[in-house]
Parts: sequence; structure tokens; C-alpha cells
Amino acid sequence: MKIITGNDLRTGDVIWWTGEGWSRHVNDAVEAGDHADAIIARENAKQIVTDTHVVDAEQTADGVRPAHIKERVRALGPTVRLDLSLKPADPDAGNWVI
Amino acid sequence: MYQYDSYDQAMVDARVAEFRDQVERRLAGDITEDQFKPLRLKNGLYLQLHAYMLRVAVPYGTLNSTQMRMLGDIADKYDRGYGHFTTRQNIQYNWIKLSDAPDILADLASVEMHAIQTSGNCIRNTTSDQFAGAAADELVDPRPYAELLRQWSTFHPEFDYLPRKFKIAMIGSETDRAAMKLHDIGIQLVRNDAGEIGCKFYVGGGMGRTPMIAPVIGDFVPPLQMISYLEACLRVYNRYGRRDNKYKARIKILVHEIGADEYRRQVEEEFAHILTLNLEPPPAELERIKGFFEQPGFEAGLSDDLDLSDPDFALWVDQNTHAHKQAGYTIVTISLKPAGGIPGDATADQIRLMADLAKEHSFDELRVTHAQNIVLPHVKKADLYALWQKLDEAGLATANLDLISDIIACPGLDYCALANARSIPVAQKISARFADLGRQRELGELKLKISGCINACGHHHAGHIGILGVDRKGVENYQLLLGGSEGADTSLASITGPGFSEDGIVDAVEKATDVYLAQRADGERFVDTFRRIGMAPFKEAIYAKEPVNG
Ligand code: HEM
Ligand code: SF4
Repeated sequence: MKIITGNDLRTGDVIWWTGEGWSRHVNDAVEAGDHADAIIARENAKQIVTDTHVVDAEQTADGVRPAHIKERVRALGPTVRLDLSLKPADPDAGNWVI
Repeated sequence: MYQYDSYDQAMVDARVAEFRDQVERRLAGDITEDQFKPLRLKNGLYLQLHAYMLRVAVPYGTLNSTQMRMLGDIADKYDRGYGHFTTRQNIQYNWIKLSDAPDILADLASVEMHAIQTSGNCIRNTTSDQFAGAAADELVDPRPYAELLRQWSTFHPEFDYLPRKFKIAMIGSETDRAAMKLHDIGIQLVRNDAGEIGCKFYVGGGMGRTPMIAPVIGDFVPPLQMISYLEACLRVYNRYGRRDNKYKARIKILVHEIGADEYRRQVEEEFAHILTLNLEPPPAELERIKGFFEQPGFEAGLSDDLDLSDPDFALWVDQNTHAHKQAGYTIVTISLKPAGGIPGDATADQIRLMADLAKEHSFDELRVTHAQNIVLPHVKKADLYALWQKLDEAGLATANLDLISDIIACPGLDYCALANARSIPVAQKISARFADLGRQRELGELKLKISGCINACGHHHAGHIGILGVDRKGVENYQLLLGGSEGADTSLASITGPGFSEDGIVDAVEKATDVYLAQRADGERFVDTFRRIGMAPFKEAIYAKEPVNG
């Protein structure tokens, strides 16, 4: 599948396109289908998100997982600071990154 | 310590106000990202993997305790409670909000700091010897000259749009602790037979994808002509540097392509012209600057004796302190490399503690080293044990300076948008594997350096052991390099052969150290043995097929 990601302009947070808006959780990302370019153009014009781009991903039993390790690291946070990831209490939070 | 005059402060304050306005306009949607990006980069604000990253300049790695405390407070107030000290003697924050950036820059300006020229194709922050003004082997204190250079290069309009970034290192002792020959320009203060001081210019070194050791271009330039000579070096580069190809745009490529002799000829020609214009700074100005770097009020006649009955303290003293020019004093290096830790990271509390200790024990001074550690340059030996105990309590007394676990590592794929592979986990695994201090000391001086991509921010070319992260079909892979060095014996490391997985590279490093232990002659460091016996025995051990167990 193809999903859309970017960074929140104000905070820099990594965010994912949910079909209606933006979420910090990659699991909320949806298939962008053939509309990715149009969505990106429209969202960029709102000036609230930056560095928007499309990434390859896969729908797994555990949720949406970007294909490339760089995007998986973006989705989780630094693998060496799991305390700063989105699920800070979960020691296995990083298992799907590598 | 340098001091801002009213011009410096006014310029930096104006810059903060300007950036505040730019950020407001960006957040209001009045300017686009394409318009804004160059403006934020001019203020050290990058967009990295997880958020904005702010790179703060630490002029020639020198800080006072007020500045250091501010760095800790910024980590707490605007970031996630830590900062990353880098090989460029700077600090980076990884979790910055765009909306906070103007306030952070204002806080920095209040302690005479900024993030200007920490990005872009301009002259970057000058780096220097972390022991400047303290080392027993120092010929001349390089800081006044580095300060002159800072004043000249800050906002220099002619060099704000060079073909590529430009990094200068400046030292004043025989021992090169600043990797001078691996910079675009390295300047060494030397003394001639008549006893006069002069500047020796090494031009065209660098790392990145085409590592090169800088040749000597100027043998002996009088200190007051240093700026004019630099001006000449940069003009020739600005004129002929390759702007057509980013990968060939650094000065090292120009010097290499036209040759050191031709480059020197052109520099001399330009230099002769510049000298006719009488642009040299007046001697009084250099004297004024020297006044900022007077020796602190050392007590005379102190003893060099130390009570080394505590064995842990004795080990730390042996490993992490260096000879000071003043009797009764020593130079302390605080390792930011605990076993299994993240090289160069320090928490806000640790940063503030180091600030307090500098105030109490080091005449208010600290330095950041290119090996990502912190130095207290002027510690009275009588205070050393008390200081060590406080460091130990805060997890800052790791006695591993220049040992295998004192690893330089770039942020790599955990933080950096350009990375191919993660650097930090490899550093953590190696430092955990070699955690036993006795084993590390048995291996002796061993500089291990890791970069997460070919840009070489982690100096892997200059590691006795270097590790380079590459992307092999979307999977992290690590190449091993051996035999690099920086300093007087600068050499570039060579690749051993095919790369390894993350665990494989840790094993390969261990095998390389085994070869060294088996083959070393008396007094040889790892790199000396490598130079003597060559790559073959290492390769053989590293790539030997594991015996198949029956
Ligand atoms: C995370 C953001 C960073 C980015 C985007 C970045 C980017 C780069 C690039 C593109 C180069 C190669 C330039 C060239 O050869 O033309 C480079 C070189 C270098 N960077 Fe970084 N870097 C980053 C972080 C760091 C850090 C954290 C350090 C210090 C730990 C550092 C220190 C250096 C050094 C020492 C070099 C090589 C020396 C040279 O050839 O000038 N950089 N960086
Ligand atoms: S070497 Fe590469 S991965 Fe490491 S910080 Fe530099 S650009 Fe990033």
C-alpha cells in the first residue's frame, strides 16, 4: 500500500494521513490510492504540514508498517530511546522496526 | 573567554528578532516551505527524522558555566531533557518545535551564543584544541587567533555562498588534538628558528565520500597576516571550486585536481594583492582579544602530589587527566561514553552539573571535544578527588578516555535523515562487549569511530577502527575499516572487505583486536601494529570460516 507522511509544521512531529486529517500514529495511516499527489498538494496549501511524501507500506496483523527502515524509525522514534517512542511503557515497542 | 562587544550583541539580537518574524510569517502561511527552508537553515534549524533539530555553535568548543547551564536549561525547557555533543564541538537538540525556536535563540543570545553559520555553504564554526590555554605541550594559545577568525568569518558577505561548506581548525601545540589535517583548512601556530610565531596552513583536507589529508600550502604566515592569507585561500576556492557538482564542490577536490603547487601559486598571487590593500587587523586589536584569554588566577607553588589510594580514582586519573602547564593543576576530560550509553548524549541535569563543577573547580571554563566529551581545563589537583566523587555520583566518571569504548558515533539512522544505517546501537554493543575496563586498558589507545553514511560525520576514515553504515537492499550493513588516524600521524583507514550485520560487525571488531593482541610488539598501539603487519592478518582472522562442529 501507499501511505502519506509529513511533519507537523509547528511542532515537527512525524504525522500520517488518515483519510480525514493527520495522526501521530502510523497505525492510523490509510491507503492513499491514486490520489496521493492531489492530497499532498491540497494539504501543503494549508501550510500546516511540511516535507510531505508518499511511502510504501504494508498492512500487517499488527497494523500499518512502512516498508523502509528509515520510515519505520520515523514512525516509532529513535530505537535507542524507546522511552521517547509513542508507546513508552512497552519494551517491545521497537521490535517491528528492525 | 571571548566577550561580545555591543556590535556582536546587537547583531545577534537583531538576528533573533528577524528570525522570530520569519517563523511567525511561516506559521501564518504567509511564506512557503521553499521560501522558509533556507532562512531556518541559516539559523541552524534542520528538519530531521523525528522533529526539527537545532545545532548550536560553541565557538572553538569553549564555554563558560553560565552558557553550559543555559544549554542544560534549553534541553529541559524546549527539548526532551538531553542534548547531543558532536564531533564539531557543538551541541544539537533533536526535538525542537518550530514555534519555540525564536525563544531558544533569544535564550542563547542572552548568554552570547547563537546558531548562525551552523549550516549552509559558509564558513562554519571554527574548531580547536580542547586543551587550549591549559596543555603543558602548548606553544601558543590558539584561542585569540580562533577568536579573530570567528570575528572575521561571522557574516563575511564574500564567503556566505561558497561552493560548499567550509570548516577550519586552529591549534597551537605540537600534538594535534583537533584532526587539523582533515579540515578544509587547518592552521597550526608554530615557531621559527628566530623564535617568532607564525601560522602553518594545511589546505584541502576532509572526510565525506572523498577523504583527503590536507597538504601544507603556507609554511609560515605572520599571525597578523593570517586573515589575509585565509582570504586568499578562500578567494581562489570561491572562484574555481566546482559549483556544478555537489560531490566535487569541497576545496579538497580543487586542491587535488589542480595540485597543491598550482593552488599555492594562485593563493600567493592573491595574497600579494591583498597585502597591498592594508586590510590586516591592527596589532592593538589582537592584543585586545588576547586580553580575553589571560591565564586565570592560578595559585603558585602548588604540589603535584596526589593521593591515589582509591584504586578507581587512580584509574580515572591515569586515563582521563592530562598534564597542565601550571604546577598543581590538571586537565580533566569527562567521558560522555558510559558502557552501553549513547556517545555524546548528556542529560539536562548532567549538563548543569558539569556547569556547576566548572564554576567551582575550573575557573568557570569548559570545552567540548571533537571526540564528544567535555573538558574541565584547569582543575587544582588538591580538588581532584572531591571532583571525581561528584562526577562518579552522576554517572560521569567513566575512565575510558581514548580506549575502545570512547567511541565517536554520529546520530545515524536513529536521528539523521541522510543515514543508511544506525550508528548508536553499534557503539552501544561494542562498548558493552568491551565493558571490562581491564580488558580495555590491555588494548590501550584504540580510537573507534562510526558513521551512519558516507558523509563521515563520525570520522570513520580516521578511526584506528572505523565503521561505516551502508544500505544493502534496504537492510543495514556495516563496513569495517582499519588503520586510520588523526593528529600528527594522520592516515586514512582502508576497508577490510565485505560488510557485516549489526552483530557481525561487533564480532569482527573483536577479532581485529585479537589479532592485535597476538601480534603486537612492545609499546605498539593497535594502529602501530596494523601499520607494521598490514591488512592481511586482520583480513584472514576476520573473514575466516567458522569451523563446522561435528
Ligand atoms: C543529523 C544531521 C546531520 C546532517 C544532515 C549532516 C550532514 C552532513 C553532510 C551532508 C556531510 C558531508 C559534507 C560534504 O562532504 O560535502 C557532513 C559531514 C560532516 N559532518 Fe555532518 N551531518 C549531521 C550531523 C552531524 C553531527 C551530529 C556531527 C558530529 C557528531 C557532524 C559532523 C560532521 C563532520 C565532522 C563531517 C565530516 C567532515 C568534513 O568532511 O567536513 N555532522 N555532514
Ligand atoms: S554520517 Fe551520515 S548518518 Fe551520520 S550524521 Fe552524518 S549524514 Fe547523518
